[in-house]
Amino acid sequence: MFADYSMGELTAIFAMQGFAGLILFSIFVLMALGLAIIFGQMGVINMAHGEFLILGAYVTYITSHVFQDVMPGLFSIYFFVAMILAFIASGALGMFVEWALIRHLYKRPLDTLLATWGLSLILQQAYRSIFGAREVGVTIPDWMMGSVYLTDMIEVPINGLFVMGLTVIIFAAVGALMFRSTWGRSMRAVVQNRTMAEGVGIDSEKIDRLTFGLGCGIAGVAGSAFTMIGSTGPTAGQQYIVDTFLVVVFGGAGSLLGLVASAFSISQAQSILEFFLSGSMAKVLTLLAVVGILMLRPQGLFTLKLRK
Amino acid sequence: MLIDRKSRFLTREEMIGFAILAVVIFLVLPLALDTFRLNLFGKYLTYAFVAVGLVLCWGAGGILSLGQGVFFGLGGYGMAMFLKLEASTPEATAIQSTPGIPDFMDWNQLTALPWWWEPFHSLAFTMIAVVIVPVAVAFIIGVAMFRRRVGGVYFAIITQALAAILTILIIGQQGFTGGLNGITDLRTLKGWDIRSDEAKEILYFVNGALLFACLFVAQYVRRSKLGRLLIAMRDQEDRVRFSGYDVASFKVFVFCLGAAFAGIGGAMFTLQVGFMSPTLVGIVPSIEMVIFAAVGGRLSIIGAVYGTLLVNWAKTTFSESFPELWLFGLGALFIAVVMAFPNGLAGLWSEQIMPRLRKRTGGGNGAPASPAPVAGLSEVRKAAAE
Repeated sequence: MFADYSMGELTAIFAMQGFAGLILFSIFVLMALGLAIIFGQMGVINMAHGEFLILGAYVTYITSHVFQDVMPGLFSIYFFVAMILAFIASGALGMFVEWALIRHLYKRPLDTLLATWGLSLILQQAYRSIFGAREVGVTIPDWMMGSVYLTDMIEVPINGLFVMGLTVIIFAAVGALMFRSTWGRSMRAVVQNRTMAEGVGIDSEKIDRLTFGLGCGIAGVAGSAFTMIGSTGPTAGQQYIVDTFLVVVFGGAGSLLGLVASAFSISQAQSILEFFLSGSMAKVLTLLAVVGILMLRPQGLFTLKLRK
Repeated sequence: MLIDRKSRFLTREEMIGFAILAVVIFLVLPLALDTFRLNLFGKYLTYAFVAVGLVLCWGAGGILSLGQGVFFGLGGYGMAMFLKLEASTPEATAIQSTPGIPDFMDWNQLTALPWWWEPFHSLAFTMIAVVIVPVAVAFIIGVAMFRRRVGGVYFAIITQALAAILTILIIGQQGFTGGLNGITDLRTLKGWDIRSDEAKEILYFVNGALLFACLFVAQYVRRSKLGRLLIAMRDQEDRVRFSGYDVASFKVFVFCLGAAFAGIGGAMFTLQVGFMSPTLVGIVPSIEMVIFAAVGGRLSIIGAVYGTLLVNWAKTTFSESFPELWLFGLGALFIAVVMAFPNGLAGLWSEQIMPRLRKRTGGGNGAPASPAPVAGLSEVRKAAAE
């Protein structure tokens, strides 16, 4: 399969497919980050995670229109405002859902899965009723359009670079929050030993709610970033949910390092295979490989040792 | 697999429950509905095969599979391949550039039948494959996962991923599988026109009889020592393991049994509806099948049948007239069945209605008919208390 290409072309192909893989990697990391907090730390399966993501995307869509109509002069920075609003909207909805639904089901993980699936159906239909069934896109500010030419054969889209940069920042922020802040310390304490954590005066219910809210809020930001590279529809979230769960499980639930490693390997394998095979076969082979590895090593790539 | 000699195959309540279900399926529905509607209910009943399998796997065994659509699809596609080959005789497909192969293969520039389609010329092979292929797949998954003690949500996620993989594969390999449209335009079974009204009615009864066969098998498993072990495993897996039982093998067995039921259901779906497509395989149908079992009552095999009929009937009725409301309704149903009545219709019956009826009729003696008996009140209460 390599014979038809010259050496230089092959390098360019690998570089560009590799870069496409990096963008996919950023999306996976952004999506899976919220899930890794909710599933990895709390053990809650949130099937509506994709819908929280889409909520962030729709908030960005609305913000872009508001800026366009009300203050076109500031349009070039609307995205940063949208990101904050998306975080707040998804996070608030997440905390509400935790209060209304999830907290009653902590001891029944399989039931949580079904209930959040129901929630995802309701949210999808709500989006469809409010925004219509068609996909919507946002207008990207001028500075984010176009590409950077690294060599004459390798070009890199700016919006992709932006999303990647954003991913690094959000990832670093979450890491700092989890491992450097008081809240993060409390959260890890609750995960490791709930009873002891309560014993030293940590309000575990509040921590649960905040953790769930944070996970959903990050999903909202991810959705906001998502609008920079693709359009948004009511069911767009559901298309990613399986990939995202696999990324989290494959990496080893609860491990941020594992999350990066698994998102990286899955996205790179998929985008490089995509060039040589059809898109669907690339996806099938990647997913099959992941499932196969998970069957051999169910704990994932990296694992945390927990006292249950 | 020993039968506990003290317990009968059916308690009196369960016998009445089975009898009422038989009356509903074999008398009430055929008399009350025209052929079109009857065919529709026949379609719903094919999902009930899956729901009954889920009651065993999930309700009794605690194994939630979100990939039952895979097995339903494998069974359905097996039957569809046979029917498609029969419909694609060289005479009927003379206008194609390669006569004698299914039309979608010709559209995708295939010039010969793939080797793995060849055996499906034989009806006997197909009928075996419809059960064996899903069981074999379930066996591989089950052995790989249960031997490594993967369970709970991990198992659910991985089976869901498998449903996604199979859907993508079927859609992507259009030339071999018919792609997104699926395998359509199925006509005859050994020369017998399955699209006629008469055939639809006969197939409905065949379907009902097969469903009852599966229900009896499920009841036998539940009454047997295996059934008790399954429940014990669900509640205290380690204790069962320490008692010396090979937990993984029991789980593999019940998962394979569920897959076999689903495969039969899929084959009957193809026969009655006349097509098979990836929309019945993927994540969404697979998880909907779980809700059928949950609405009926995850502990009751008969409840699962009623749950399937009810949810599908509601789906057809509401999505015809209020398509928007239906998804809200379905979503609310998922939440309600988990939050408010985790044991479904069967739980409502045995916890709310039965005690009141008992009280009214005085004592426990003349307990009247119970269309949805559950696995015994103690189990239900225990599950509810969890």
